[in-house]
Amino acid sequence: MRAAPSRRNLLGGALAASAALMTRPSHAQGLTRVIVIGGGFAGATCARDLQRSGLAVTLAEPNPLYTACPFSNEVIAGLRPFEAQRFGYDALRAEGVTLAPHSATGLDPQARRVTLSDGSILDYDRLVLAPGIDLRFDALPGYGEEAAKTLPHAWKAGEQTLLLRRQLEAMEDGGTVVIVAPANPFRCPPGPYERASLIAHYLKTHKPRSKLLILDAKDTFSKQSLFQAAWKELYPGVIEWVGLSAGGRVVRVDAGEKTVETEFGRHQAEVINVIPPQRAGQIAVVAGVADRSGWCPIDPVTFEAKLQPNVHVIGDACIAGGMPKSAFSANAQAKVCAAAVASLLRGEPPPGPRLINTCYSLVAPDYGISVAGVYRPVNGVLADVEGAGGVSQANAPPEFRALEAAYAEAWFQTITAEVFG
Amino acid sequence: MRSVVVAIMLLAAMPAAAQSVTPTGAAACSGCHPRSAAAGAPITPLASRPAQEIVEAMQAFRIGARPATVMDRIAKGFTDEETRAIAAWVSQQR
Repeated sequence: MRAAPSRRNLLGGALAASAALMTRPSHAQGLTRVIVIGGGFAGATCARDLQRSGLAVTLAEPNPLYTACPFSNEVIAGLRPFEAQRFGYDALRAEGVTLAPHSATGLDPQARRVTLSDGSILDYDRLVLAPGIDLRFDALPGYGEEAAKTLPHAWKAGEQTLLLRRQLEAMEDGGTVVIVAPANPFRCPPGPYERASLIAHYLKTHKPRSKLLILDAKDTFSKQSLFQAAWKELYPGVIEWVGLSAGGRVVRVDAGEKTVETEFGRHQAEVINVIPPQRAGQIAVVAGVADRSGWCPIDPVTFEAKLQPNVHVIGDACIAGGMPKSAFSANAQAKVCAAAVASLLRGEPPPGPRLINTCYSLVAPDYGISVAGVYRPVNGVLADVEGAGGVSQANAPPEFRALEAAYAEAWFQTITAEVFG
Repeated sequence: MRSVVVAIMLLAAMPAAAQSVTPTGAAACSGCHPRSAAAGAPITPLASRPAQEIVEAMQAFRIGARPATVMDRIAKGFTDEETRAIAAWVSQQR
């Protein structure tokens, strides 16, 4: 399927120029070129795997250090140093990946050319987009980029993570923390509830008269029964969750007044964490691979965008059927995509994939829970393999929860070593 | 050092026949299972382990004969044939 002409016109008006370029051989110097945009769990994994399969790979990533989101809730709760979340690209460079320290600003899919923020233009045979998410600052009245400086989202790890941490530290005992949780789909479905848990752990330890309120735009959430059972056990009376049908959907925020408004009333709080609606990162929109939902439909075997040939989308930006938007999913998708791209460039059929996801959440430092799934392509989408997957058992003994907490930390060490180490 | 070895292995495997292709699902294992274990690391490395041992563990996880936190849920997503292919590939990784 091809993009509509109106969409193509958005791509920098390069159509006329591209017609002349179409006769240009795609293997200009006999070298097959793959460009990966975005150096997170998806992009860095994919770039590395593609390079190992013998292709010439350029990774466009403006930040010299990547700040990982998994475990950033521990940073917010004062349980982990921020520096433990930061990773560089030296290992990728050492393996031969070319790092372009710029963001991608334009794309001409007919000419197969990417424009970077420094004005340079790169040709590709296949392009992999791993842009992650953009926060929709137009979606929740009162919540724009400026408001985020007062009411942090902390949904892209970095300065926002530290801001939320500082606000919690500065809050007096007896204060109220509000977390505003979005409707599906969004990055890290259990994330808001892990965050609530670990902030409650901080409050219970340091500010025991304080409360935490979750105002939610949906009626159910990931690992819900496990979270709620754990809250009752570990943080009785601290966390209150208000779902959609109980009036939890926030319709307006006021950063100056530090208030949030639902259809039922206003809440004032000392710390307000707004996790706004999201969409695929901006370059996916520029590239014409995102649909009206703001996310990118893909072929589940190759992760090639359904709206643009020779462009693949992996990680949080893609619509991966049953797979949640997680770092584990991003890493697994990147490996499948790299293998598919290498096969396609050799003129071979791509292998039929089966993907795994495992997401751990910490409810307390020694209390972990998980959700897992196995996925395969069925009728053009990634579907759950029936009978597999699911969440941790209910009513498990403390040793079981402690083991899952240890596995969570081990997973983070292993995956970041695989991707960046 | 390890990554260089892996790169050479993959390059060597490129033109080869189907058995050297990563079997379906196998690439995801290394998301959790480290290449080698640091002292006290809680998750078992798989590389260099006998394939039969991996197959037996997966079968035991699947039927609930071996205690597990998450591997019971994952093992159920693979057939015996797929499990054997994954085990054979994983055991050859170094």
